[in-house]
Amino acid sequence: MSAPARRKTDPRPVRTRHLARLALLALILPAGCASRNDLYVLLPGKDGKTGALVVESEGKKQTLDTPYAAARVKNVGSVDGLQSSEADVKQEFGPALEAQPKRPVSFYLYFQRDTDEFAPESRALVNQIFAEIARRPAPEVSVIGHTDRVGSMQYNDALSLRRAERCREELIKLGIPKVRITVAGRGSREPEIPTPDQVPEPRNRRVEINVR
Amino acid sequence: MKSALVALTLVLAFGVAAAAAQDAGQIKTSKGSAQIERSGQKLAATVGQVVQQGDVVITGADGSVGITFRDNSLVSIGPDSVLAIDRFVFDSTTHQGNFDASLKQGTLAVISGKLAKQSPDAMKVKTPAAILGVRGTEFVVRTGPAKD
Repeated sequence: MSAPARRKTDPRPVRTRHLARLALLALILPAGCASRNDLYVLLPGKDGKTGALVVESEGKKQTLDTPYAAARVKNVGSVDGLQSSEADVKQEFGPALEAQPKRPVSFYLYFQRDTDEFAPESRALVNQIFAEIARRPAPEVSVIGHTDRVGSMQYNDALSLRRAERCREELIKLGIPKVRITVAGRGSREPEIPTPDQVPEPRNRRVEINVR
Repeated sequence: MKSALVALTLVLAFGVAAAAAQDAGQIKTSKGSAQIERSGQKLAATVGQVVQQGDVVITGADGSVGITFRDNSLVSIGPDSVLAIDRFVFDSTTHQGNFDASLKQGTLAVISGKLAKQSPDAMKVKTPAAILGVRGTEFVVRTGPAKD
């Protein structure tokens, strides 16, 4: 309403008025027009826990710490918070999410005391582990042996490695190439169940097989 | 018969040698046009191909790539994307190290791994407009110039 009236009475030449309008625009949008189309979205964790993501653009910060909390950066130096949703994320990020590799998975095999012989219930797991490896593209298998705290450190290091190697042999027998499997022995350093020294604990006599 | 078939499939899938310790990760999924730029050379970003520090992964309009890193970080990009692996250092015993990546354009999905779990500053993702601090988490990123 006031604009036409102002235009009639504005004594400044057209070019000056145009420049003034540009200057006003520059004040509203510091970097000129919207220059970026950036979107950052925190997703809920599969384990039910949602982590946090800090989005920072030239000192401006936004912490995302709830499911589907999002930040938009339209210009460098401005971070706007917003709420996204599962449907929005699917729509915007479908192909990237579909390309996500399978999550790594760990299996635990247990052993009889002071041997590299499987505990009875663990023997059957080997085939299941093989099946998991077989259905993954370019699988990598890491086998890490552990012991309980009976015996010396040195003895347990060797025993844990023997247990890991035993698992590798079983997987090779089923057809997994040796180059796909790495083995390590951690001795009694990482007990599943913490115990005093020299205490037998079946749950610590184990091998972790991580497949990814 | 069925097990023989599985064995054959395995032999084919395992044709590529296992990742050496200094490799950062390995490509697990690949679709459409996808390449890795490594010291001036272009390699096909096929399943089983290793990814190293310094690599740039590039997809075309129909492309996507998914990579599993040694620390179990899962990183994937959608079409028309450019992702640089600026730094990847991981000590598998202590879980310490650094993972810096830059998404130059396109879309990215991340499930962080052992590095981010061990230390909140270990994993950084950059875009042309922002730096992301990753506190053990799953997230997606889109970056690019505004279309208007």
